[in-house]
Amino acid sequence: MRQHLRRETLVNAGLAVLLLAAPAIAAMAGEPFYVTLATRMAILALAAVGLNFVLGLGGLVSFGHAAFFGIGGYAAGILATHAFNQEPFPFGLSGTNQMLVIWLAALIASGIVALLIGLVSLRTSGVYFIMITLAFAQMIYYFAISWPAYGGEDGLSIYVRNAFPGVNTLDPLSFFLICYVLLMIVLAFFATLRNSRFGAALQAARQNPVRLASVGVEPFRIRLVAFVISGMITGLAGALFADLNRFVSPSMLSWHMSGELIVLIILGGTGRLFGPVAGAILYILFEYFLGGITERWQLFLGLILLAVVLFARGGLIGLLAGKVRHD
Amino acid sequence: MTEPLLDIRNLCKNFGALKATDNVSLDLRPGEIHALIGPNGAGKTTLIHQIAGTLQPSSGTIRFLGRDIGGMSMPGRTRLGLGRTFQISSLTLEFSALRNVMLALQARQGSSFRFFRPVMRDRSLTDPAYETLERVGLHERAMVAAGELSHGERRQLEIAIALALGSKAFLLDEPMAGMDSEGSQALTRFLDGLRREAPILLVEHDMDAVFALADRISVLVYGRVIATGTVEEIRRDPEVRHAYLGEDD
Repeated sequence: MRQHLRRETLVNAGLAVLLLAAPAIAAMAGEPFYVTLATRMAILALAAVGLNFVLGLGGLVSFGHAAFFGIGGYAAGILATHAFNQEPFPFGLSGTNQMLVIWLAALIASGIVALLIGLVSLRTSGVYFIMITLAFAQMIYYFAISWPAYGGEDGLSIYVRNAFPGVNTLDPLSFFLICYVLLMIVLAFFATLRNSRFGAALQAARQNPVRLASVGVEPFRIRLVAFVISGMITGLAGALFADLNRFVSPSMLSWHMSGELIVLIILGGTGRLFGPVAGAILYILFEYFLGGITERWQLFLGLILLAVVLFARGGLIGLLAGKVRHD
Repeated sequence: MTEPLLDIRNLCKNFGALKATDNVSLDLRPGEIHALIGPNGAGKTTLIHQIAGTLQPSSGTIRFLGRDIGGMSMPGRTRLGLGRTFQISSLTLEFSALRNVMLALQARQGSSFRFFRPVMRDRSLTDPAYETLERVGLHERAMVAAGELSHGERRQLEIAIALALGSKAFLLDEPMAGMDSEGSQALTRFLDGLRREAPILLVEHDMDAVFALADRISVLVYGRVIATGTVEEIRRDPEVRHAYLGEDD
């Protein structure tokens, strides 16, 4: 048991170092493109860590996490647009180009939406849960498309990347480091929560909800809190993604995005601490290398995914570090 | 006479035309083991489900500690002090035996919304969980995943979880099922002592255990209680002998 734990720790440390070293070397070599690629990895990993709370620990297959990713993105885009055009919000609020404020707004907005979606969707389970989360996300997607005030179908540009105190966010490596540090903080939070009482209850709700209820804990309440935390983290990732691209489009809200996050987790290892990180690295590498060979790269991604599901259920982390062990 | 902890009056449960529970009244008094016996399909588990809150009765009342618990959820009834075990073991299989018991303890402490402190380093959970496993004789298997325990060990773990909940009454649904004779004898001795902590409503097919343990027995046939009485009364009751125990007992 201890050996397995150590091996997974080593694999995780290796991935963390890899994700940090690659863009640092690329930046020194004057290749900002690869820094951007690594930044995408870190942001997608962060979004998937959010999903991993409910999917990995809670066993809830949310097919609507694009909603939170997009809401985080629009929070960043809308606040930045108001700040740029110096148009005040209602209630005397104003826009801002400060990332810290934007992150807070993204966390709050996606948390509120997650609470509302969770209150309805968590009353169902299995396929119904998948379909209801999908339906909510698609509703928000079509709303964004048909809402002309913030770009509608064309999306919303952020003309200057938002600011962070003491950091030049326009420097690719500096922006990468912001994303990387946030990812590491959220991973530490994931690891802590997984071992806590709440984590125990959440994992029990996946393994056997009847048992959890029969010791006197309502699985619904545990799942709802997890769903809100999960949505908030994916929303935070959305705000970073908007800043990376300096552009927010409704495609951040589409079901493709929800599916991509699920694929990331399956590739990396469901419920594993670094599963989303491994998944995001693999996914972006596939996209880059296979996408360079053929436009139909997703066909090959499909085959790889099929192989993972059939032969390597634990994803990359499972292959490298063995099965999940609880103490 | 002492006030019953659990008092069931005129309970009925219909599945369409089938009367799974037919006007059942029974009670559970402090310090006693009340055994519920009956042939397969008599509706014993259906009755347990209604008491525990997993099934809604069609009519009738269930009172526990003087409160009508008919409208209460299963988690609510557990928090009030009604501890049940399942006929088919229902455990969190990936977790160790110890963590299964710890889950019950954290639920009892009402503290599942703590996000930071690691449970395995929380001695207010690990110590009492280990002691509870010791009581049922499962402490040597504390770190084994519940999914890797033998059938009999899982039954013991079910009991340990019910104990950890600090229940004021136990509903035990066939705790001996699938145990070897040595295991069921050990469990019989254990339950014999347990009744002093909290009374037990015991559904069991193992007649040796029932006759050794029960202060009172109720016999359920086709959803109806056809007799309630002491072991001797039940043994002598002609209707019971006819319906259940067999004429030439």
